[in-house]
Amino acid sequence: MVYLTRKAEFSASHYYHNPEFTPEENRRIFGKCNNPNGHGHNYTLEVTVKGDVDSRSGFVVDLKQLKEILNREVLEAMDHRFLNKEVPEFVNRIPTTENLAIAIWQRLAPKLKAAQLHRVRVYETPDLFVDFYGEV
Amino acid sequence: MKAHLTRRYMFSASHRLHSDEMSPEENVATYGKCNNPYGHGHNYALEVTVSGPIDESTGMVCNLGDLDGFVEREILEHFDHQNLNTLAEFAQAVPTTENLCAAIYDILQRGFTRAHLEKVRMDETMMNSFEYAGGAEMRR
Repeated sequence: MVYLTRKAEFSASHYYHNPEFTPEENRRIFGKCNNPNGHGHNYTLEVTVKGDVDSRSGFVVDLKQLKEILNREVLEAMDHRFLNKEVPEFVNRIPTTENLAIAIWQRLAPKLKAAQLHRVRVYETPDLFVDFYGEV
Repeated sequence: MKAHLTRRYMFSASHRLHSDEMSPEENVATYGKCNNPYGHGHNYALEVTVSGPIDESTGMVCNLGDLDGFVEREILEHFDHQNLNTLAEFAQAVPTTENLCAAIYDILQRGFTRAHLEKVRMDETMMNSFEYAGGAEMRR
């Protein structure tokens, strides 16, 4: 079993708000992230897949295909977008880094054929990242 | 859904690696430059990883403000710009980054109850890093 990690970067804006909370609760819980006009981050995404090395190609996964899947499923949908308004997963779910990692996992997992998705890591800033391993 | 959240913090401290159980020659042989009696310092980077189910109402494993507040109060205020050898944690133990990792893990394990503590990772320099998960196997 070999693990392979591919990195990608995207920039997006978001804000945190739960309509079931009062305005005061939203401000207390989410702080500056509650500003309804949003704010943005340069996200770094690391996708780790695992699998046996194919004896003919020597690959765990064809990196070109993995890059295409990442571009199509994640970057085209999220890069330079306002996550709350433009990405369907976040119409009714808060676009925290946790939920972003889950949404990316759910977009990628069904598209990967040869290799299995092991981990999705999303850096919101260099000092904050979330790992999702597909655990329910 | 369960996720792991990692937050990185910086602090600076000095230390001297020296064991009273060793002869002066053994100390020099074991610790080299780190045995310099006047000590030396590092910019430490601390990474705290917590895990847990994501709260559906907030979308979070734990509120970052709670984690930052705890680390600021209980860890950074305690260790930042200190000589580690003078602190209670290192009255008996050598302030290696291994022991520092374990000391910080213990503070979090005892006091931070908002999420499950997975591990503590520390960079002593850009070349050396250490991880401690309280003896548990570490997730890759």
